Amino acid sequence: MTAPAPGSAPMIEMKGITKTFPGVRALSDVSFDVRAGEVQALVGENGAGKSTLIKILSGVYRADSGAVLLNGEPVHFAHPVESLRAGIAVIYQEFSLLPERTVAQNLFLGREPRTRFGLIDGARMRRETREVLSLFAAAGRIDPDRIVGTLDVATQQVVEIAKAVSTGARVVVMDEPTAALNEAECEELFATVDTLRTRGVAIIYITHRMREIARLADRVTVLKDGEVAARFDEVPEPAEIVRAMVGRDIADFYAAPATAGEIGPPVLTVRGGGNAVLKGIDLEVKAGEIVGLAGIQGAGRVALAMALFGQAPFERGEVTLSGERVDFRSPRAAILGGVGLLPGDRKSEGLVLMQSVRDNGMLTSRAFAPLWASDRRNAHADTTGMDGLLDRMEIRAASYDQDIRALSGGNQQKAIVARWLSMRPKLLIFIEPTRGIDVNAKAGIYHLMRDLAREGAGILMISSDLPEVIGAADRVLVMQEGRIVAAFGRGASEQEIMHAATGGAEVAA
Amino acid sequence: MSLAEDTPPRATGFRFERWAPLILLAGAALIYVAVAIGTGQAQYLTLDNLIAILGRSIALGITAIGQTFVILVASIDLSVASLISATAVLASVVMDGAPAMILPAILAALALGALVGVCNGLMVSALKVNPLIATLGMSLIIQGCLSAFVSNFAGKVPVAFQVFAYGEIGPFPLALIFLALMAALAWAVLRFTRFGSDIYAVGGNEEAARFAGIKTGRVVILTHVICSVCAAIAGLYLASRLRSGAPWIGSDGVYDLESIAVVVIGGTVLAGGRGGIWGTMAGMLIFSLIDSVFNIAGVDSFAKQVLRGIIIVAAVAFYAIRSKRIVA
Repeated sequence: MTAPAPGSAPMIEMKGITKTFPGVRALSDVSFDVRAGEVQALVGENGAGKSTLIKILSGVYRADSGAVLLNGEPVHFAHPVESLRAGIAVIYQEFSLLPERTVAQNLFLGREPRTRFGLIDGARMRRETREVLSLFAAAGRIDPDRIVGTLDVATQQVVEIAKAVSTGARVVVMDEPTAALNEAECEELFATVDTLRTRGVAIIYITHRMREIARLADRVTVLKDGEVAARFDEVPEPAEIVRAMVGRDIADFYAAPATAGEIGPPVLTVRGGGNAVLKGIDLEVKAGEIVGLAGIQGAGRVALAMALFGQAPFERGEVTLSGERVDFRSPRAAILGGVGLLPGDRKSEGLVLMQSVRDNGMLTSRAFAPLWASDRRNAHADTTGMDGLLDRMEIRAASYDQDIRALSGGNQQKAIVARWLSMRPKLLIFIEPTRGIDVNAKAGIYHLMRDLAREGAGILMISSDLPEVIGAADRVLVMQEGRIVAAFGRGASEQEIMHAATGGAEVAA
Repeated sequence: MSLAEDTPPRATGFRFERWAPLILLAGAALIYVAVAIGTGQAQYLTLDNLIAILGRSIALGITAIGQTFVILVASIDLSVASLISATAVLASVVMDGAPAMILPAILAALALGALVGVCNGLMVSALKVNPLIATLGMSLIIQGCLSAFVSNFAGKVPVAFQVFAYGEIGPFPLALIFLALMAALAWAVLRFTRFGSDIYAVGGNEEAARFAGIKTGRVVILTHVICSVCAAIAGLYLASRLRSGAPWIGSDGVYDLESIAVVVIGGTVLAGGRGGIWGTMAGMLIFSLIDSVFNIAGVDSFAKQVLRGIIIVAAVAFYAIRSKRIVA
């Protein structure tokens, strides 16, 4: 590590941090520092120790050895409240906002200004809220009296960050802040981060996305297996970061595209499909191909998936699956017809967190088993070949009897894929298949999708991650306001797709 | 929280939740034995007395089996007490002392139970009414209708039907064997059938269950039918035991709240998706053992009520603290 330039001493310095959990050494001798007015990217695969490090910084955990220095002074936080008071704010993916209260009430939660009669001074609260929000690009849109739950995710995030700033945070930790954002919203977040940086806030930015590192970071620290694997004082090429994270080159991050011979007859054909959200959908997915579906949030991509899956069916038009006219009115009907879907929100829509890995893998096959089925829930042995499928997914778990909530996002996603393998679907719909999972697991999912396509399934992949849509799909369709507005072959650029997705408007800088 | 994914996985071995009801049951049994010996009343430690203790909680046990099903899908049923009264009165009035009317009376009571269950299930799954409110409303409706027709014991149960409550096979009361068979059947349904695994999936995550192809609405309705039919059976049992039906026998036994308490003490999570019948049976045993302890020790009935309240809260806190330690 180079010595910091004079006048830019680290605001936060963590020195030789070691932390052991029963049986696991989570961090060993990790040193890490952030200066005022810089963005330090913290990257690493899940399990590399990022979260443990942040939890030590914010006082959730206590390090076994090592020191945390704030402006050169050693500090010992025994509780997150203490770190917050010292000016360290952690923005988690799940916000700490109260959805039913207004923006101003949230910003001043627990420290509301009072009038001299001891009542809450609403006028002052609104005024100060406006002042804080005016620092951010998105501020023009946010009314202090707006109920937070009615704002979109990106704007809620601005409120969350504004809250941290208004409490005087000098160090802001962001944990995968773009996980739930679309392209345009990401740009807004980047602008917010730039604002924080110019105001001299030290920012620790956790992400899996190389593009964000290139766009935002001043320095990069890579953790691997609880140790610092690499430190870059300038942002290097993505390949170099990935190599440090994974410990090897990922030669083929995306699987090879389908060759002409691999693409078969159409699996799915939609003609003039429409409902309350969708208009005039014409769509074809062939056996053996991966079709990417891009678009901004609210463009109707998920609505299209839900229509195909029978959850919010088409009201107009005709759908053909493997040559047969179908009209699915429920997910169950769609599954029986040969459609599978991997939902976008693993935890709330995909998994039964309190059940085991095996039980989660068997969720669908059991739903279609005979009434008195032999494949018992909580069976401590494999009865249906599910273990073989889980093995094929290369799921990393202590045992398939383990509760699935203990697994990383990538492994959870693989268990959901295994669920569909046992059903042999003709059409598989992936919604945001790699959201919040690490680089290695992402590559695994891409290759898995390709394998499924090679075995004859048609795959529709909805993703807000443009490099992923471009890299993993054979064709890209773009949706806007409930319609499919553009189609691209392989090799489309991000600009072209973004241009189509936003109706030709300039992408917000 | 994605940061949580980095925390090291804990070794899975001994699963506390699985054994907790048994631990509590062993504790209750120990206290019972200690009190019986301590107060010099060893005559309470016989098999006959144990059977007598169990015999007092048969109606509660039957109701709690049904309640387990609805709680497993993250619903709840507050209408069971009123339904018990209604089915007891209905059966007693239809029989009115005539042995020939026993079968029609049983069928009428079960049909009423099924109807109430379908209504509860539809309110919860189709109308999306909070189950607490839906079944509370149903309870008021049933109780109101019932009170409009009868105010005290009505009808008469023929001797032939009293066998249900008073008959014995060897040393065991018929009703106790019936309860054991019901529990075994419920266990088998939950353990071995597709419906059983659907119940755990819907209770664990309704959205995920729907996306996996489970007809979640139908599962919820069916569990409510099971719950209400169990309450109807409990009503039939009480009619047989009391030799007639009265509109207050359900609310007098506090079967709504007590059945929920028994299920929860048995380790079934109110949020759904985790638990089972054997826990509920252990919960029922714990409840009756505690009652017997109070009787032996001569605790007065108001103090008894207070102690029961404390025990319910303590048992649930015991689970909450333990499972927090496991998850945290």
